Amino acid sequence: MNFETTIGLEVHVELKTNSKIYSPSPVNFGAAPNENTNVIDWGYPGVLPSLNKGVVKAGIMAGLALHAEITKQMHFDRKNYFYPDNPKAYQITQSETPIAHDGWVEIEVNGKKKKIGIAEMHIEEDAGKNTHTGQYSYVDLNRQGTPLIEIVSKPDIASPEEAVAYLEALRQRIQFTGISDVKMEEGSMRVDTNISVRPFGSDKFGTKTEMKNINSFNYVRNALEFEEKRHQAVILSGGTIVQETRRYDEATKGTISMRSKEGSDDYRYFPEPDLPPLEVSDEWIDEIRQAMPQMPGERREHYVNDLGLTDYDAMVLTQTKEMADFFEAAVATGADAKRIANYLMNDVNSYLNDEHVDLQDTKLTPDHLAGMVKLIDNGTISSKMAKKVFAGIIDGEEPAAFAKAHGLVQMSDPAELKPIIDGVLDNNEQSIIDFKNGKDRAIGFLVGQIMKQTRGKANPKVVNQILMQALNER
Amino acid sequence: MAEKLGRKAAEHVAELAKLSFTDAELDQFVPQLEATMHLFDDLQQMDTTGVTPMYSPTQEVSVMREDVAVASNQRDALLANAPETEQGLIKVPAIIDESED
Repeated sequence: MNFETTIGLEVHVELKTNSKIYSPSPVNFGAAPNENTNVIDWGYPGVLPSLNKGVVKAGIMAGLALHAEITKQMHFDRKNYFYPDNPKAYQITQSETPIAHDGWVEIEVNGKKKKIGIAEMHIEEDAGKNTHTGQYSYVDLNRQGTPLIEIVSKPDIASPEEAVAYLEALRQRIQFTGISDVKMEEGSMRVDTNISVRPFGSDKFGTKTEMKNINSFNYVRNALEFEEKRHQAVILSGGTIVQETRRYDEATKGTISMRSKEGSDDYRYFPEPDLPPLEVSDEWIDEIRQAMPQMPGERREHYVNDLGLTDYDAMVLTQTKEMADFFEAAVATGADAKRIANYLMNDVNSYLNDEHVDLQDTKLTPDHLAGMVKLIDNGTISSKMAKKVFAGIIDGEEPAAFAKAHGLVQMSDPAELKPIIDGVLDNNEQSIIDFKNGKDRAIGFLVGQIMKQTRGKANPKVVNQILMQALNER
Repeated sequence: MAEKLGRKAAEHVAELAKLSFTDAELDQFVPQLEATMHLFDDLQQMDTTGVTPMYSPTQEVSVMREDVAVASNQRDALLANAPETEQGLIKVPAIIDESED
């Protein structure tokens, strides 16, 4: 029997606004427990939420980045649940009127392009963080009220591979808007999945199972692959899939059923009475659209068409917004784009991989990289010397000063090189005869001798010029 | 909502609200709740064809605050009102984490 798989993904993206969605408490990491909280976050009697304009704007930006329709008339809804991570016992979210709907992203799997639909996007609040130790649980409400965007896919995803491609495309586009760091490992991007399997051609979806809060793309792939096979095996053996929430177990790369209390999923949604309805004007949406940062696709086109990079170069440089911004800033100083691209793709990327850091964690600046590239282009340093200069600029050193301080400067002055070259020629009569007899290898030997004499500092281009002239004169 | 709430539904709602009642309390509350639900039944009789739903009692729309962070500096006062705390955290009886972390 052949099967068709249907996957749905719900992605939560944490926004990096200054303040929370319904209270002015700061949003930042590393604050002492409960430092970033106030009476609103604690759900004190009599307090009222106030909507953060920055969150609405970010929601519209995310909608535009994902080709979605922006909802112009919205209201908020109250989702009731009791859990210590949220003392007011409800989450203010959007269920009836999502901020955006009917979007899409394009993915490419095995060379085939496909559009994955986005059903809807909501703005809502995050909950606090619980830690559990034995008899007690401990609650930190700093995260309570941190703004989130929830992005719900349409049932267009047909394989675990497509699911990961969708998540990557989503992460990239959101990252380029600048509204979130979208880092799975730091929890600023979280993924819930659901999957169902049905015999090929069947007009009814199979029963779906859910998995919540999977925290890496690899785990998403593993968990979905496991579930896909499990569903198929159950159906083939004549069994039935039970609708349930399962948990991905990293150790076994399998999924485990989580017993959920019957009837506990009753959130009793109703329109949020404490926030007035929200209307967004076409003028505001247009204003936001005009000011939207360029998306990766537009940047790639610019790199290939205007800067002469290959499609591959452009693809690598637009993996993250930081890399693309860095590249553009370096090129803006007038340095050669192709050379900058090569350094970023090779030396810089291998450094980042080796050290397990992000570009913004290093002390490298676009100015310094561009400065080093210019030193190569004007002959001040050789590509070999640049390797050493690179080690300096990645630690924040200024390239010209660093090269000078470490004696990494090429000899390019003909007046300085001429006597050395003459000396080498005087000591190697045989090579001159070989050259005159048409043995080009002799040149290589002579250049090698000159390099030896100058301890590798001679500018090969200038050496070649003077050497050829001197040989012809002998 | 035309049917009666019933004892079972009342117990369910109580469970959702993390409340536990004695049989005697349920005997008292179920009819009271049912009486309240009757009020909604009366409201349902109204013909609301063509009436836009009202989501807020105010006429205001789009009331928004600029994205400016304000530190409350109320941490100690807030924690002082928690039943128990430890190292700046609110200490509660152990909870089994079923949903999000």
